[in-house]
Amino acid sequence: MGSSFEAGIGLAAVAPFVAAILAPYIQRFAGAYAGWILAIIPASIFLYLLGFADAVIHGETVSSVIEWIPAYGINLSFLVDGLSLIFALTISGVGTLIILYSGAYLAGHHHQGRFLGYMLAFMGAMLGLVLADSLLALFLFWELTSVTSFLLIGFDHSRQAARRGAIQALVLTNIGGMFLLAGAILVYQLAGTWEMSAVRQMGEVLRGNELYLLVLICFLGAAFTKSAQFPLHFWLPNAMEAPTPVSAFLHSATMVQAGVYLLARMTPSLGGTDVWTNTLVIFGGITLIWGSLGALKQTDLKQILAQTTIASLGLLVLLIGLGSDYAISAMVVYFVAHAFYKAGLFMVAGAIDHEAGTREITALGGLAEKMPVTFIGAALASLSMIGLPLTIGYFAKEEMYLGLMSGEWTAILVMIVLIAGNAMLAGVALLVMIRPFLGEAVATPKKPHEAPIAMLAGPILLGAGGIIAGILPDWLGHDVLVPGASAILGRAVESHLTLALDFTSLLLWLSALTWLLGVLVYRQADTIRTLLRRFDKALGWTADTVFDIVMFSLIRFSGALTRFLHHGQLEFYLVIVFAALAAALFGPMLVWGGLDWLEPTAELGDWSQRLVLPALAPYEWGVLALAVLGLIAVLIAQSRLVAILSLGVQGTAVALIFLLFGAPDLAFTQLMVEILSVVILTFVMTRLRLDQRDHRPFEDWARDGALAIVCGLGVSLLLMLVLNGTLDTRLSDFFTATSVPIAHGHNIVNVILVDYRGFDTLGEIAVVMGAGMAVLALLRRQKKPAPAPSEPDKPKRARKPRKAAS
Amino acid sequence: MNTVIFRTLAPLIVAIMLVFSVYVTLRGHNEPGGGFIGGLIAAASIAVFGMAAGVSAVRRSLRFDPMAIAGFGVVLAGLSGLASLLTGSPFMTSIWLYLEFGPSIIPLSTPLFFDLGVYCVVFGTLSAIALSLESDREEDL
Repeated sequence: MGSSFEAGIGLAAVAPFVAAILAPYIQRFAGAYAGWILAIIPASIFLYLLGFADAVIHGETVSSVIEWIPAYGINLSFLVDGLSLIFALTISGVGTLIILYSGAYLAGHHHQGRFLGYMLAFMGAMLGLVLADSLLALFLFWELTSVTSFLLIGFDHSRQAARRGAIQALVLTNIGGMFLLAGAILVYQLAGTWEMSAVRQMGEVLRGNELYLLVLICFLGAAFTKSAQFPLHFWLPNAMEAPTPVSAFLHSATMVQAGVYLLARMTPSLGGTDVWTNTLVIFGGITLIWGSLGALKQTDLKQILAQTTIASLGLLVLLIGLGSDYAISAMVVYFVAHAFYKAGLFMVAGAIDHEAGTREITALGGLAEKMPVTFIGAALASLSMIGLPLTIGYFAKEEMYLGLMSGEWTAILVMIVLIAGNAMLAGVALLVMIRPFLGEAVATPKKPHEAPIAMLAGPILLGAGGIIAGILPDWLGHDVLVPGASAILGRAVESHLTLALDFTSLLLWLSALTWLLGVLVYRQADTIRTLLRRFDKALGWTADTVFDIVMFSLIRFSGALTRFLHHGQLEFYLVIVFAALAAALFGPMLVWGGLDWLEPTAELGDWSQRLVLPALAPYEWGVLALAVLGLIAVLIAQSRLVAILSLGVQGTAVALIFLLFGAPDLAFTQLMVEILSVVILTFVMTRLRLDQRDHRPFEDWARDGALAIVCGLGVSLLLMLVLNGTLDTRLSDFFTATSVPIAHGHNIVNVILVDYRGFDTLGEIAVVMGAGMAVLALLRRQKKPAPAPSEPDKPKRARKPRKAAS
Repeated sequence: MNTVIFRTLAPLIVAIMLVFSVYVTLRGHNEPGGGFIGGLIAAASIAVFGMAAGVSAVRRSLRFDPMAIAGFGVVLAGLSGLASLLTGSPFMTSIWLYLEFGPSIIPLSTPLFFDLGVYCVVFGTLSAIALSLESDREEDL
């Protein structure tokens, strides 16, 4: 494909982010048409990606590598195969409809541009995630989706519940992100490559390694948090605080599917073992049942849909865990079916909320007359969700049952779980389709009327898509199922989807049983809800409350730790710093025998004869004496001013010593530093008191004095130790030899500072500036009245707002 | 501190110190000196000026907020490092340019601008601190 492909995929990767930056301006400029304009971006990405379909259907893969950090072998590599193409097309296709929808849903909202920007940025991250081949690129985009989803969930940031949902989602998905990073690094250690396409060939190596379990835990941790598997599912319902387009996009077909994608991606590398199958099937099964029960518990349309999403995610994970050809085929078809109907239903829920003013199904009814097109969209999606023939949902269900016809008891058990889950989902689908739309019209907060076309396009197109895929099983099988399932399993998979109904087959009767149970669930929905709610009340706590307790304890713990370490007494800070310095000086010297040379040896003899005074010129002795005198003056000075000046005298003497012994640069700097320290210290002290020095208790005085002597002694000993050894002159030789020819400078000190070690200096001057700003802040603060002390143990809910709002 | 002699002499001292600081900075590549020392000298001169003429007068004559000068220094140093990217070499590779003006040759280089950045940071930060400490009124901070 060459460079044109690379340019294309680069453009596709960058375009959403560029559009995200421009979105607020486009919105200001285009107003109500912003949605239509911005939808061009995902639409063109969709068409561009569709261009790969032909190659991918024929079993080819397309890859591209952009060098990122070549020195470490880290690349931004992308791979288009059956799996990633299905996900990418779903993301860009649904994304197009969602952007359109958002344009109308948030029309007139003063932050609509920002919202569209977040949406596009999220879409870019999600596309990158599914197209990435390098594990590190995958991690990068994974985290980007977490961050953008945080922004989207907390979009309505003036509401406390939205902020809480956003933080909860961020915390959980970021924990998952850390798991993913750990897993990626482990895989790199074991397989020696970051590229997933190469890792896929090394499944045996990974599965055979003793670290396999650890790798598996890392990847499962990542996938389970992102895809809201039990018991980490609770963030998803809380994330429904986001505006409905967000739920329709992130929490149906895209972000929450990232975990499913990851598991599918890693199937050839990590899958197939007993522990993989058991874990995924058990957790997926529990999630399926838990989510469907949760859906029956709710009356808010969005919450119902959120819970069914959890159930569907569980179902997908379960299917991946089974790992057979049928199960994986079912997973692919179910993913597509789910994307079609769930995004559509969320958009319907948003339209109802938008036009009727409420999402409570108990307060809705008879909307079909007022909103006929919305009703059609809802009905199409719900039929697919129920899995009736001629919809794509039917094939998904058939496929998953087909894989479990072996008759073993485990298969039967899984089958029962699947039928129960599907039946409950079907019941919920009936509920969502019938309750708000049919029956008697109920008075709603707003006078309901049909939603604008931009909000109808999504449900209708997606619903129709679900039906079209349902009546074209050959196309669905050949162009979707086979490439997707083959890409996941790494071997050719055959499709056997057919429209024909075989009444002798057990399969059809299992489907019929599911529908029957679904109708039963629908009829008894109110009773079931009452029962479940009573059970919840009896239980008293949920995973959500556990999360609150954990977060609350964490905040209290960090508060306590901060108060312990950051007590605000400068004196103790200094004591700790210098004690640590003393330990750092003496510890290594004692451990590695750095003080051995001090010990007297046997032939010491008359030591006083060996003690020779260094041969110094008189003026050099004079400078030394000046330094000592300055030091003594500091200690005995009666006023602070005298002490500061004496310190300056001592420092100047040290500068002179540097000058005399061949370090003019150092001396120069030392002199300037001394002058400025005297000036600045004096200024500081004028703000306090310049005359009398403090009377300090003896123990303070003794403690500080001892510390000072120990530190001074340590530094002196260390320097002597360094001088005792042979000086390694490699570096200084290198600098002397190269300073003029390659750095064009004769002053080696300066050349090192600005050229050889320029990057260090850059960091240092940034630190200097930062420290300066901190000093200014402290000085300014001193003049204002101290703020009222904040209470240490405020409840968490009150704390969060400030955190999120800042 | 506010003696007539000091107030009269201070501008002179300050001017000489400032010129000297630039001189020290520019010669730093070949002889003792450099941006750090130059910045220290300049900051000391500002401290002296503040003592003699008062903080607000110094701020007026500086025109820019000292912290802004420091920020400019960091940016200048960073940019001088980025310049090498244009030639395709790694970050902070030095580039040298010899300008000929008749008999004299003026060497320009990215390390020179880097050193000027260091000068600005040290000068700006320390002047800001010194001036804040010297001023007694809030509006001078």
